[in-house]
Amino acid sequence: MSATSSVRPDPSPAPAAGPSPVPSVFNPTVARLTYRALLGRRRALILFALPALLIVISVAVRALAGADDSTANGVLGTFALATMVPLIGVIAGTGAIGPEIDDGSVVYLLAKPLRRSSVIFTKLVVAIGVTAAFSAVPVLIAGFILNGNSQQIAVAYAVAAAVASVAYSALFLFFGTVSRHAVVFGLVYALVWETLFGNLVPGARTLSVQQWALAIGQKIGAEGAITSEVGLPLAVVLLVAVTGLATWYAGRKLRSLTVAGEE
Amino acid sequence: MTTIQIDHVSRWFGNVVAVNDITMTIGPGVTGLLGPNGAGKSTLINMMGGFLAPSGGTVTLDGRTVWRNESIYRHIGIVPEREAMYDFLTGREFVVANAELHGLGKDAARRALATVEMEYAQDRRISTYSKGMRQRVKMASALVHDPSVLLLDEPFNGMDPRQRMQLMDLLRRMGAEGRTVLFSSHILEEVEQLASHIEVVVAGRHAASGDFRKIRRLMTDRPHRYLVRSTDDRALAAALIADPSTAGIEVDLQEGALRIQAVDFPRFTALLPRVARDHGIRLLTVSPSDESLESVFSYLVAA
Repeated sequence: MSATSSVRPDPSPAPAAGPSPVPSVFNPTVARLTYRALLGRRRALILFALPALLIVISVAVRALAGADDSTANGVLGTFALATMVPLIGVIAGTGAIGPEIDDGSVVYLLAKPLRRSSVIFTKLVVAIGVTAAFSAVPVLIAGFILNGNSQQIAVAYAVAAAVASVAYSALFLFFGTVSRHAVVFGLVYALVWETLFGNLVPGARTLSVQQWALAIGQKIGAEGAITSEVGLPLAVVLLVAVTGLATWYAGRKLRSLTVAGEE
Repeated sequence: MTTIQIDHVSRWFGNVVAVNDITMTIGPGVTGLLGPNGAGKSTLINMMGGFLAPSGGTVTLDGRTVWRNESIYRHIGIVPEREAMYDFLTGREFVVANAELHGLGKDAARRALATVEMEYAQDRRISTYSKGMRQRVKMASALVHDPSVLLLDEPFNGMDPRQRMQLMDLLRRMGAEGRTVLFSSHILEEVEQLASHIEVVVAGRHAASGDFRKIRRLMTDRPHRYLVRSTDDRALAAALIADPSTAGIEVDLQEGALRIQAVDFPRFTALLPRVARDHGIRLLTVSPSDESLESVFSYLVAA
């Protein structure tokens, strides 16, 4: 579009309505609507079920096998970080925006004098909060149950889960803005890429949120307790880059979101 | 006083042209956007509301481009056609949230709910609302910031007559206050009752524009086509063509019927049975061959 695009703060001919919009990047109203929608859906049951399963497994393992660092590593590494965290990330990340775009109710957020980037940022914060609450916290508890935080394993995995929550949320929120099948994409990424490819193809591990998070866990845990395929500096750079790019692009996408009619 | 200017706007989806080079100006008062289903009304409204980029041309609000310009929502209120609207909230919570998103508070929400007379059900969840109640809460959410432009996509769909009247009253009031109110509909009577100005869109093209009397006349004055079978087609044809209400008659030998084109609709409908009786002819079939809304509209395109 070329012609008459004057977006100056000109002496507006239209009547002024209310004060100018809050220029902040975080909007509490958007946040409230997002988390109520997230936790109100049936999908949210998985948010409760997965962490509960982790705790149950941990209690059972501890009872049957006693406190053991390598068992703790196994449960937290394979089940918690490789499967549970990405799944929760998919539900919270795509769920923070996908359904609204799908059913069209996002119109009520977008038909407002709000920066679209602040809508995305707010939704990201909520998605991160929910993902971290339902993954990092249970991981910490499970770690203490499994081996009483010996070798800092519980804390290391909990921090890794929190860090992974940030990247997954950004990534899956972005999926939510670009596709109606965001959940499927998210699941394919989480289960096929992270779990399957990550274990079969060595190169794929470099491009894995899980490995980047593990790199941070490795730093926190005792020497040799946790290992990652990726060095810490690279992991941090990739985490920041993926989170930043996904968020930026999601905001861009939302800015030109098309709400096609039924026609 | 706010004006929406649509200037040579086209929109296509892949190979399908939904809106074809339309130019129109929507000013203060109530304007009805009339057209059959699939004519491109929603596409036009979506472009006016900034939710669809025109493939060509410009949509401006008092000279400011609408697409990708969040600041225009200070002046526009939108009532979408789709039903979804945060059903887990109560009506009040929903309208308050909309007010907050405009940087306004609970007072604005209370006023908007009062305007649509929804206070009585404001503490019920939206999921329990009827279609008409939903429509009114949607209206409240669109009115919360006192916008100078109101865009409504098929607002009367699925409403019962009483709800329809209430909403019409409300929209009339909004128009009388000097707001620019635009609503779409595929029902002529609906538009006629409410809109002082009508824009007709057919198959993506701007078919007609004006006050409803002009549009109504165009619609009733158009030639009506009938397919008639009788016991003596030729005698009937000879008798009918003598009257000025009949513009042309074709004897369709294959169908064994007459194809009649009438220009004066009321006169012709009185003439046909009288002529048949006077000549002792029995009418076997009388069927209008172009009464569908689409054909009425496509006549308007040609007019």
